[in-house]
Amino acid sequence: MNETPLLEMRGISKRFPGVVALDSVSLQIGRGEVVALCGENGAGKSTLMKILGGVYQPDGGEILVDGRPARITDVNDAMKLGIAFIHQELNVLDNLDIAGNVFLGREPLNALGLINRKKIHADTGPFLKRLGLNMPTRTRLDRLSIAHQQMVEIAKALSLNARIIIMDEPTSSLTLTETNRLLELVCELSEQGVSIIYISHRLGELDQCADRVVVLRDGKNAGELPHGEASHDRLVGLMVGREIKSFYVQSHAQKTAAYLKVRHLSSSLHPGKTVSFDASRGEILGFAGLVGAGRSEMAKSLVGLDRSPAKEISLGGQVIAINTARDAIDQGIYLAPENRRTEGLVVDMSVRENITLPNLAAYARLGLIQVGRERQVAREQVVLLKVKTPGVETRVKNLSGGNQQKVVLGKWLAMSPKVMILDEPTRGIDVGAKAEIYRLMRELADNGAVILMISSDMEEILNVSDRVAVMHEGEITGVLDRADCNEQNVMQLAVGKKIPAAQPAFI
Amino acid sequence: MKKELGIFILLLVLCGVTSIENHNFFHAANLINTAQLIGMFGVFSIGLGLVIITGGIDLSVGSMIALSGMLLVMALTEWHWPWPLAVLFVLAVPMALGWVHGFLITRFQLQPFIVTLCGLLIYRGMARYIAHDTTKGFGDSAGFEPLQRLANGSFLGLPMSFVILIIVAVIMWFVLHRSVYGRYLFAVGRNEEAARFSGINTRAVITSSYVLAGLLTGVSAILFAFFTNLVQPASHGNFYELYAIAAAVLGGCSLRGGKGSIVGILIGATLLQVLQNLVNLLGIDSSLNYAVMGTVVLVGVLADQIVKMSAAKRNRG
Repeated sequence: MNETPLLEMRGISKRFPGVVALDSVSLQIGRGEVVALCGENGAGKSTLMKILGGVYQPDGGEILVDGRPARITDVNDAMKLGIAFIHQELNVLDNLDIAGNVFLGREPLNALGLINRKKIHADTGPFLKRLGLNMPTRTRLDRLSIAHQQMVEIAKALSLNARIIIMDEPTSSLTLTETNRLLELVCELSEQGVSIIYISHRLGELDQCADRVVVLRDGKNAGELPHGEASHDRLVGLMVGREIKSFYVQSHAQKTAAYLKVRHLSSSLHPGKTVSFDASRGEILGFAGLVGAGRSEMAKSLVGLDRSPAKEISLGGQVIAINTARDAIDQGIYLAPENRRTEGLVVDMSVRENITLPNLAAYARLGLIQVGRERQVAREQVVLLKVKTPGVETRVKNLSGGNQQKVVLGKWLAMSPKVMILDEPTRGIDVGAKAEIYRLMRELADNGAVILMISSDMEEILNVSDRVAVMHEGEITGVLDRADCNEQNVMQLAVGKKIPAAQPAFI
Repeated sequence: MKKELGIFILLLVLCGVTSIENHNFFHAANLINTAQLIGMFGVFSIGLGLVIITGGIDLSVGSMIALSGMLLVMALTEWHWPWPLAVLFVLAVPMALGWVHGFLITRFQLQPFIVTLCGLLIYRGMARYIAHDTTKGFGDSAGFEPLQRLANGSFLGLPMSFVILIIVAVIMWFVLHRSVYGRYLFAVGRNEEAARFSGINTRAVITSSYVLAGLLTGVSAILFAFFTNLVQPASHGNFYELYAIAAAVLGGCSLRGGKGSIVGILIGATLLQVLQNLVNLLGIDSSLNYAVMGTVVLVGVLADQIVKMSAAKRNRG
């Protein structure tokens, strides 16, 4: 490259007490270039980006913007240099309209010292047009989907004359169609000369949109791959520094008769619609569908957390009544919910307290908890699931996402599940931990449990499931056997089309 | 434990200062009197502490004390109920009201602040109405001497209310820090949603905390009624909920829920009474009573926060 890169980070190092987070890491990005940044959790991606954003100061190395050394001491410096962040958790106020969000914190005033509403609406319009977002600037954010809220953040970045937009896991809560639209948008922005640093754990996306993929491992540059060469295997190889054998574990179980039978299951999201399906022991039944198809709600009403008056559920031929979450737990039907930190865990409590929470009575005598027994079971689970934690008394909020998810699993595995429902089990989790979670799910199935896995990650759906049930607006449109599982078939069913390959969900 | 240590040291310092300035502090009569007040205020502070741990609040405690106290006086002196029945009645009323609070909060998702603020107004009005807004006392009515002895007497030289507080505190320590129910209270306070997903009946847990707070408020109400010997419905128990909230917060409870300990609440309640005593003994103008209390609570909470923030900074490096 002859021209000076737009941004160059050279030999950046950063130490925290006890850890070297970054060890002489370099990153370059040209005008209009899309660079994907990937690596396992703890590889240093976010530290590097926080240095770029002025949150941390590097201990060594330099940052050049337009070939000139730049000092970034806070967010304002980054903003002035044209660096903008789109975080995984969106920073929007959903009680304001689009224009209000775009101009938040720098509202132009009119003669009376009030917000010049005419101006902010007039100025916001063109940015929305540039992003292909056809909606009035007076739309309140709480009426927009997550994908559209994200677009508003991008519009805000553009309105700040951002030249480099950093997107951290931008697709983790988007549907497949929304993901594709975002990837298109990334290409469009790069054609307009905006550079993008794209962080994602979804390896399939990276090669679709990135000119280069830069991989970090243990705080160092592990290598980079140009567009077209960033295959799944090579990326994983760079990220973990070794070959991960059998990333996806195949089923060993023989197909057996249906064990879990669910009929007329409804949820408050789609009150008129019902879902019925069968699943057998040893099987991983995937649930695919667009966001809003009602998969999570179905799972919640299956375990008694949502209303479903007419449902009939039987386990091994025996009809069971589930009216409360406690009923489901007593029957061995557990849910590892979509939102780990808000629904799955009490993050301010310890690993031990989280693991024993659903079964506390079993650890008590005369109503008093025997902490020793709790500790013993918690330790067993920590060892079994290879949870990386200083100990069972560590608060869950101090663990990484992958380890938090293992604690969620541990809390249910300690109670020998008959039916384990996992909602987005690997969202935001790095590759190494993902492989372990897949292995655990398979082991659990092999030991005779029924696994229901809800996932919006197409790769995961196609590779982990033994069968895939596809949902559309509160109903199952069809079930695909392993042989018919491919992206086209899943997408057809997800948008509500009937296809010949689809099997009925029950007999 | 560290949290309680800080406030405990503050308590010791206050006792030290007071006793140096006025030797009457360690006088037996003064100590017994203070202990009696600590007992009465401590019992319902523990109840309110439980509610705060679940992430709730109860502003109606003072009015409940007035209403229960008035009902006790009337049951014993005007309706001539046998005293055990009157006691059960006076415990059952605040428990039932607590249940109503819990029901409204969990079923209709009303904010605890609003529900119990309305309670504060309603029960005060009821106390005044049933008494025709007149002060009523036990006077020289007879037939409930055992109860009177129980409430006003002493045991091994300790005032009975203080003994009751110790008993309540020991029981509640096991309940909160060792029992399944106690763990549920903390879990609900930290993350109600996750608790629900773990099969905990969060509505029942939250409601029960208000009922339990009602029970302990009822116990305190009986002690207060015999302590003052008459109940003036417009002022009896005024502001008492604020003593309990201050005690709980000083003792390490967070109004966001999920944090707190019995020992902390005890020390907090003690500290507030020692402060009142200090105002008296040091000859500070008694009109400054609340101002002194507010200042000390503010300084205590601020110091705690500063320590916490600097610890967090050190961790970050």
